[in-house]
Amino acid sequence: MTARLTPLWTFVAWLATLAFFAPVAWMVLTSFHQEADAATNPPSPFAPFTFAQYETLFSRDITPFLLNSAMASVISTLLVLALAVPTAYALSIKPVEKWTDVMFFFLSTKFLPAIAALLPVYLIVKDIGMLDNVWTLIVLYTAMNLPIAVWMMRSFLAEVPKEILEAAEVDGANLLTVLWRVVAPVAMPGLAATSLICFIFSWNEFMFAVNLTATQASTAPVFLVGFITNEGLFLARLCAAATLVSLPVLIAGFAAQDKLVRGLSLGAVK
Amino acid sequence: MTTLTAPPETAPPPIRPRTRSAASKWRRRIPLLPALVFTIVVTQLPFVATLVISTFQWNILRPGDRHFTGLSNYAFVFTDERLRAAVLNTAVLTASVVLISVLLGLCLAMLLDRRFPGRGLARTLLIAPFLVMPVAASLLWKHAIYNPDYGLLNGTLNGVYRLFGADHGPTVDWVSSYPMPAVVVSLVWQWTPFMMLIILAGLQAQPGDVLEAARVDGASAMATFRHITLPHLRQYLELGILLGTIYVVQTFDAVYTITQGGPGSQTTNLPYEIYLTMFRKYEYGEAAAAGVVVVLGSIVIATFALRTIASLFREEVSR
Repeated sequence: MTARLTPLWTFVAWLATLAFFAPVAWMVLTSFHQEADAATNPPSPFAPFTFAQYETLFSRDITPFLLNSAMASVISTLLVLALAVPTAYALSIKPVEKWTDVMFFFLSTKFLPAIAALLPVYLIVKDIGMLDNVWTLIVLYTAMNLPIAVWMMRSFLAEVPKEILEAAEVDGANLLTVLWRVVAPVAMPGLAATSLICFIFSWNEFMFAVNLTATQASTAPVFLVGFITNEGLFLARLCAAATLVSLPVLIAGFAAQDKLVRGLSLGAVK
Repeated sequence: MTTLTAPPETAPPPIRPRTRSAASKWRRRIPLLPALVFTIVVTQLPFVATLVISTFQWNILRPGDRHFTGLSNYAFVFTDERLRAAVLNTAVLTASVVLISVLLGLCLAMLLDRRFPGRGLARTLLIAPFLVMPVAASLLWKHAIYNPDYGLLNGTLNGVYRLFGADHGPTVDWVSSYPMPAVVVSLVWQWTPFMMLIILAGLQAQPGDVLEAARVDGASAMATFRHITLPHLRQYLELGILLGTIYVVQTFDAVYTITQGGPGSQTTNLPYEIYLTMFRKYEYGEAAAAGVVVVLGSIVIATFALRTIASLFREEVSR
């Protein structure tokens, strides 16, 4: 019984939407312009279209940064899943005693500001010679996303109907069969949503990346900032770089809108 | 598999013994251990290290002068004007970003909860700000929107002034004239979609029959909103505020790129101040002490957060 908006409110809704979307639209539009057309006042949205900025970016070697970002995000997401899925199983389907305490322990690590960990992490990483190494970021991103993943996966696994699990056990099905036939079909969409959230947070992470990497292991956000300071301001090229590095998350986010809410609220809101 | 014969927790059959054997307890715990050990090593050990470092006088520009200094770093943290300013800035930044984005998010969610032409598209466009990489968004605001010479804001103002026959519009240097609002606006833009998504989920979980009954009873739209929708949304609003606070308190990207904490220390928040102490002043002991203080402050916020989340949790468990 969803009610309809009146034409006036529909207009307001669209106006607000376009106001929020305008900076994104402006970023994408400018990225397809020449520098001379990008920096005019008043702005010129209808200037000629060109791929020149993107070509320059790739010739200025954005590729290694994108590869570092991809490696850090994908590997840390896989590690998170490998650790979080058994954990979530032990917190929902076959819960350990005091499982809520364990849940809150994981969550409490998210409340500690990352900046407070930066100094000791920096010193330790420097000591063991792992500065400017993608694997350092992978370990940190795994720790950063693990609590979120545990909470999300638990909320998905908690939806596996208990009756079916018990029925399967009574019928003498072994653990692997139960996991594969009963748990997996319910948990798969949750697994996908969890991976997406972990990927987004790792791909966008900046503070550890900028302080713990130098030349070899820098990721896309670090490229963006360094690129401004090294080359002065080229507005169109900046917009092209910003569009390019945001693209994977934009595509993934648009594709999985419904799952985003649940992920962002740690599975607390369905 | 003996684990499979363990009684379900909710209704233990009376014939079997109530307490599980030690072996079966451990079998339940095993899947949990890798993640637990990993989390403790990577997140708790650094904190212990921070505690230790915070009691040292340690500046790497003065090598050989590293010594135990007790609580003097904490005395410094509590008396330093820059740090006090940073605490205030953090509070102002966090409170304004979270409250404004919750209010805007609520308005947008109310609109998007109703049907209108292109609703799906509008929702997709609205979440875009949240998906743009934060560093990219900050740079975009700083250079493409706030720039006094060719930013979108002044450019549009200029265009409008010309439309009405003026020579040119005003030239406002947004970031240096209004540093804190400049940071707040860019963050509100990023966080409003997040609030909208959570509140929209809450609106759509509203029981339709209650609303129908209110309508039949002739309740006005305003009364329905105040007495039915708002109380129902309460826990969603709380969740949005708490999660928003946890993330916005830690804001680093936007301050680092848009204002570098300036002008002066007008927009220096705690994370950025700690970063400066660490990587510009090289005062490791002070930075660690400030970090510990931030953690203590966070624990206060977290206590409230946990209580709210626990209430959401109880509902689910009791279902």
